[in-house]
Amino acid sequence: MAERERRLTPPRGGVFVPRVQVLTAQDVQRALTRIAHEIIERNHGLEDVMLVGLQTGGVPLSFRIASVLEEMEGTVVPVGLLDVAFYRDDIGIRPVLPEAATDIPGDLAGRLVVMVDDVLFTGRTVRAALNALGDYGRARAVQLAVMVDRGHRELPIRPDYVGKNMPTRIDEQVDVSLDGVVLGDVVPR
Amino acid sequence: MTGLGRQGGAEAAKGGRRHLLSIAELGAEGIEEILEVSDAFVEVGRRSIPKVPSLRGRTVVTLFAEQSTRTRLSFETAAKRLSADVLSFSVDTSSLKKGESLRDTVETVAAMGVDAFVVRHTSAGAPAAVARWVDASVVNAGDGWHEHPTQALLDCYTIRQVLTERGGHPLEGSGVGCFVGLRVAIVGDVRHSRVARSLVLALGALGAEVTLVAPGSLLPPSLVGWPVAKVSYDLDAVLPNVDVCYLLRLQSERGAGAFLPSVREYSAWYGLTSRRAALLGDDALVMHPGPMNRGVEIADDVVALPQSLVLRQVSNGVAVRMAVLFMLLGQGQVGSGGGAPALAPISGPAPTLGTVVGA
Repeated sequence: MAERERRLTPPRGGVFVPRVQVLTAQDVQRALTRIAHEIIERNHGLEDVMLVGLQTGGVPLSFRIASVLEEMEGTVVPVGLLDVAFYRDDIGIRPVLPEAATDIPGDLAGRLVVMVDDVLFTGRTVRAALNALGDYGRARAVQLAVMVDRGHRELPIRPDYVGKNMPTRIDEQVDVSLDGVVLGDVVPR
Repeated sequence: MTGLGRQGGAEAAKGGRRHLLSIAELGAEGIEEILEVSDAFVEVGRRSIPKVPSLRGRTVVTLFAEQSTRTRLSFETAAKRLSADVLSFSVDTSSLKKGESLRDTVETVAAMGVDAFVVRHTSAGAPAAVARWVDASVVNAGDGWHEHPTQALLDCYTIRQVLTERGGHPLEGSGVGCFVGLRVAIVGDVRHSRVARSLVLALGALGAEVTLVAPGSLLPPSLVGWPVAKVSYDLDAVLPNVDVCYLLRLQSERGAGAFLPSVREYSAWYGLTSRRAALLGDDALVMHPGPMNRGVEIADDVVALPQSLVLRQVSNGVAVRMAVLFMLLGQGQVGSGGGAPALAPISGPAPTLGTVVGA
């Protein structure tokens, strides 16, 4: 789930005030191209590879990576969409609702799944996503690609592919889209 | 996504818990939100392991003081697919038979540590009373002649699902725009039907054009406050001009038979026979909340028609009830406050709390 939605919604939510443009649209595109190269390199090709974009922030990034992979290798990599709301560990603590559709094309058994998200922060979304993926079959391996790793992990989770390592204050907000990466603050309404 | 649940979540965070007692308290936005969350649970239902861990450690009690097959099993399936623990409570085998009051019974069960009560009762208002007695969430699973909100929600979901599929976007939530101007005929025993009350409110809130078709004796004494476009006594005249034909069960256990010269005459005028089904437009849908009196309000061969959605309603019921339980227990709130006005109280021999009807 996009960090943007989670942080901007009540009860903690507020208005996002941008401060610094960290990556431009071109930078994001270059990072995605590099991540695509790294995916091919690490896995010696694209056999069994499936991308799974985490709703909602990871979805456009995963489609973009898939199209780069297709350009480079001529292979169409399937893209799944995953909403992790039902697997979160804060159900009942804060309002949790599914953001968008889950659509995993086929069984994951034997697949090499590359999860794609916009921002890696506490790691709790990734934890939930790992549990959710398990319900779709036993993947051969699961890897994680993120556009921004902003630190402040609360679980022993690390990404395999990173667009940009970006130290942040815990109360800052990172906004990621294909148009770029912006660092800012959330101001209460 | 309307985001109402998130706004409501601020209250949930403070510990406020809400119930689903009637469609009237939801309003169009509340209904839309539940339908959208249901989409996600329909996807869960399609998986090889149709179960999510969302409500692990929560306990849901189904307290049914009236017979039920599909509603009870549907709620229990929904709760189990959310990984909640389910306690099943049936009045016939309980201490209510020894004379324990409903309140004492409910408080006893609540003392065991329960997060939600799913309540069906012969008396209108019983779930609302239970909601006042306990801290747990309460879901109305049908109270007397009053309301059966989850049935109306699953019916709306089914209509929206079919219309969305025809539109060619089976995965994407389509909002509730498809209901605006949708012509729905609700046919049969409206007087005794809590399903009709909930459905009329839901469809009215979503902008559908509802026609009630029934003999005068099976209409409620007053339709004040009902968002109904039209009332008709002539089913044949209505059928060619509807998008959905929703048949109600003739409720003999509530004495519907006494309002009719004979069941055969009712069936002859208001039953959906295959001759009448042929009057429907090609795209028209046939729905029934079940249990069906085959040969009374719906003919055998009509049930089997491709446009009959009866079993699809049942399948969707599980997903919609998962959404309701998840939204109540997962964040303490279903939908938003406000919305459609409540129905005018039923004059006439409406059962009140404490009387037992048809038992």
